[in-house]
Amino acid sequence: MKAQTLYEKLWDAHVISRREDGTCLIFIDRHFIHEVTTPQAFDGLRAAARRLRRPDLMLAVPDHNVSTQSRLTPGNAESAAQLAALEQNCREFGITYIPITDARQGIVHVIGPELGFTLPGLTVVCGDSHTATHGAFGTLAFGIGTSEIEHVFATQTLWLRPSRTLQVLVEGRFAPGVGPKDLALAVIAALGAGGANGHAIEYAGSAISALSMEGRMTLCNMAIEAGARTGLVAPDEKTFAYLQARPWAPAGDLWDEAVASWRTLVSDSDAVFDKVIRLDAGAIPPLVTWGTSPEDVAPIDGAVPDPESFAEPAKREAVRRSLAYMGLAPGTKLAAIDIGHVFIGSCTNSRIEDLREAAAIARFGRVAASVRQALVVPGSGLVKRQAEAEGLDKIFIAAGFEWREPGCSMCLAMNDDKVPPGERCASTSNRNFVGRQGPGARTHLLSPAMAAAAALTGHLTDIRTFAARPLQESLAL
Amino acid sequence: MRPFSVLTGPATLLPAKNIDTDIILPAHHLKVLTRRGLGGAAFHTYRFAPDGGVLKNSPFNRPDGLVAPIIIAGENFGCGSSREHASWALDDFGVRVIISPRFADIFSGNAFKNGLLLIELPQSAIDSLVAAGTEHITIDLAAQTVSTPGWGSIVFEIDPFRKSCLLGGLDEIALTERLTAEILTFERAHEERAAWIRPKLRQ
Repeated sequence: MKAQTLYEKLWDAHVISRREDGTCLIFIDRHFIHEVTTPQAFDGLRAAARRLRRPDLMLAVPDHNVSTQSRLTPGNAESAAQLAALEQNCREFGITYIPITDARQGIVHVIGPELGFTLPGLTVVCGDSHTATHGAFGTLAFGIGTSEIEHVFATQTLWLRPSRTLQVLVEGRFAPGVGPKDLALAVIAALGAGGANGHAIEYAGSAISALSMEGRMTLCNMAIEAGARTGLVAPDEKTFAYLQARPWAPAGDLWDEAVASWRTLVSDSDAVFDKVIRLDAGAIPPLVTWGTSPEDVAPIDGAVPDPESFAEPAKREAVRRSLAYMGLAPGTKLAAIDIGHVFIGSCTNSRIEDLREAAAIARFGRVAASVRQALVVPGSGLVKRQAEAEGLDKIFIAAGFEWREPGCSMCLAMNDDKVPPGERCASTSNRNFVGRQGPGARTHLLSPAMAAAAALTGHLTDIRTFAARPLQESLAL
Repeated sequence: MRPFSVLTGPATLLPAKNIDTDIILPAHHLKVLTRRGLGGAAFHTYRFAPDGGVLKNSPFNRPDGLVAPIIIAGENFGCGSSREHASWALDDFGVRVIISPRFADIFSGNAFKNGLLLIELPQSAIDSLVAAGTEHITIDLAAQTVSTPGWGSIVFEIDPFRKSCLLGGLDEIALTERLTAEILTFERAHEERAAWIRPKLRQ
């Protein structure tokens, strides 16, 4: 039998029918739904008098459009109507719905794995481009549009062409102060924002094996920022340990049976990828973005580039627009850029390890007076509970951060949490697009530790020099 | 899906690469419950100043005040968020065809399902087309050609399935429903192969 990559194994296990042109009808094992991208799909079903085929394979939670200040329904009528529509649609079609007042509520890509609804070997879809997050479990997971949501509602399938395969091999150990978010940014910088279009990424190598499940989720989460709809890590003992005893994970004999089958979910040693890139984890510095594309990445001790230094005309045009929007001049040192807002959260960096990483820095000081708002938004009610049990909330609050309720929050400017026009934000989220955090808002993407450090200093900060300072201060005492 | 056959019209030029779906439609317009009425917000930051005034140098400004049905864009158009609202907004705005060296994957599927025709051409061909003039571009889907007077025409590639769906305006769900028996057979075998696969909440 031909050697196969993990992606090919997952794909083949879900093909129902194959057209001559290679397009396949794929069975979908799990479908996460949220309030923003589903109302029109439910309307489509109703308009065509179609039934929803497998409500038992779906799980619904509100996340994008919720307030992180209160668990009450938002005051604005549009948001309230969208949240009410999700609840009503789930009731009408028999879908399990996690209400906002439930401790399990949270960002869909945080709660899926946390509740064991996401499992290795499955196909998982959601009307959200960051669905690749679930690929950290060896799950074929990808974002879909609303027409595709409706197609899954009606048929539990999708028509798709297989992607080409791209292996990102990362060997070695991270330098101090460097972690999964820096790696995610380094991969995007290496590939470009469209470099993995048409490809499914599999992350492998010793640096990936060494990552926790949270770190793998951060990495897979940003696959789409390089254009890949899917990011994958082969499941291993860490994966199984994470999932065991989760509410929707199989139990008893079924667990043993599941783990036995999950152990086969690896790329064969002689499998051939369409493309391979290699990174040395030890050579990655702490990274930050300077522009309005996630590929606009530079080391924190670097500077804003000159648009004219880019060879490609379309990129020069993009960078000129970016720098005008960001209010940055070429040559500006990144670590000299003042910020007025800090956001620690989003489906990229709102899990317990992210909060621990940020708290480990926050405990060394207070949010700078020049910082108008510093938010910490846990990814789910369960993450929040865990963080509070560890006393992280007290560290953040004592340092002057706001400790919020779970939700997508300041990642995407469709709830109350927004960065005001012209203001600059150090953000652990995934996109620095024009207007992403609010009309006119300027975003710098970075790790939770660097976001916390920026909050304390009031400017983008090299975590390596910052981390040395508290130590010296304590020695001076 | 609305059928597409032949279209002649002017194009808007958006030469930057990586134009994302937040630019096509910002997130604060995602609170809607229907597909309709998003055209006014399409490309908001390209058309309007932060104070709401019309940008004088917007690429969307035309002397005739109309919306060009064609967009010629830089590489990786439609990257970012999976929001199909971006495709609905383009459709409502009056865009029918987008030409780019390459489109983002999720956007490509969404656009197709809303009857938008995406045409991938090499950057060199796009540069040559733009140099020849973009006021009277003709797109012929059946013939798979892009042409403009005095320049000639170029053939583009398109997935044959998508082409037939666009030409006929077909409903994909209705097509899939013809395979219901196969889906059911697969589903049974799938759950037999892996008894753990069906979600069951622990008590």
